[in-house]
Amino acid sequence: MAITTDYEDIPGTYVFNGRRCREGYYLNMFCKSLDKSENREAFREDSVKYMDTFPMTDKQRELIESRDWLGMLKVGGNIYYTFKLAIFDGLTMQHVGGMMSHMNVDDFKQMMIDGGRSVEGNKSIKENLNG
Amino acid sequence: MAKIVAGVGTSHVPTIGAASDNGKDRNDYFKPLFDGYDPAREWIKKIKPDVVILVYNDHASAFSVELINTFVLGVADGYAPADEGYGPRKVPYVHGHADFSSHISESLIFDEFDIAIANEMNVDHGLTVPLTVMYGKPTEWPCKVIPLCVNVIKYPQPTGNRCFNLGKALKKAVESYPEDLKVAIFGTGGMSHQLQGERAGLINSEFDQMFLDNLQSKPEILSGIGHTEYLREAGSEGIELIMWLIMRGALEDPVEVYRHYHKPVSNTGAGLICFEERAS
Repeated sequence: MAITTDYEDIPGTYVFNGRRCREGYYLNMFCKSLDKSENREAFREDSVKYMDTFPMTDKQRELIESRDWLGMLKVGGNIYYTFKLAIFDGLTMQHVGGMMSHMNVDDFKQMMIDGGRSVEGNKSIKENLNG
Repeated sequence: MAKIVAGVGTSHVPTIGAASDNGKDRNDYFKPLFDGYDPAREWIKKIKPDVVILVYNDHASAFSVELINTFVLGVADGYAPADEGYGPRKVPYVHGHADFSSHISESLIFDEFDIAIANEMNVDHGLTVPLTVMYGKPTEWPCKVIPLCVNVIKYPQPTGNRCFNLGKALKKAVESYPEDLKVAIFGTGGMSHQLQGERAGLINSEFDQMFLDNLQSKPEILSGIGHTEYLREAGSEGIELIMWLIMRGALEDPVEVYRHYHKPVSNTGAGLICFEERAS
């Protein structure tokens, strides 16, 4: 059957489809590996050597090293995987949410307490362009 | 004969588990949420299910992108809480019901739901937080648990309609098991939230209310909601609500006995709804 990609019209959203899943496979498997304490230790001890065991692209490694959470999504990272790296760093989902949406964590937390980010004005790239 | 007597829909935000584990569940932030759980906890004590079929999603804990299954049924004797990066949650071991699980898996496959079968798996917050929501902090969970995992991470997730129909097949599977067992089914995840991207933090309580309002009497409206509508309206992780439709599909003529909604819990609109099967 025909596969629609109309979700690409949703702003600020990186749907984890087949293409992204393939592209980010090793990045995600690296992140996933951090749910074992011995792997966390190995990564802490020598991050470069540890990352060498996952055949990621140079770009993916750079994004991991710079903890560019939004960038990781753009090269196939999935939030449930990249969040394992955030946990390793001692960050919460609100830290990461703030960084991905270019807000500091306190502003992000306050936005959530105030009821979260509104869906209005955040539904459609097309609609936003057409005003 | 085994029988489904009750259904629960609940969010499974990891923060809820952490708040309970660290004794913060009645602080200023969490009190309004947990106070709303008290009536549901009293109710489930009266219902006292022997077995809970717990529909949830694994968050890259037991499974990964290495092998992506749309539906997985646990058939083990038990399931240990997973290490999600902080060490495992300090909650009781989850006891299964292997024979009943196996029966369900066979019935589903004959009913043309070709479910994957896990003989060994750990269970993450997706499964243990709903137990905390309903049972608090017991030394042992008061029920056996059959885990049913749904892929909601890799697009496309199963359709809402497929989930609803899987619920119906589950009901047939349960009712063809000879042992007298009281069964509850929990559909978990959601409600609206988006964890990723520049749109992180999205909550749409209007959508959540619509979902709660229709779940009992007009589930066919909900089972017709497509992927893009979930992603757009409920956020990229709000599509977890399809798992509530499995629960609803397993109930024939439910009466809503309790509802609670609170936002936010961390980045999520948190809902809870309890149903009793009228015939029971």
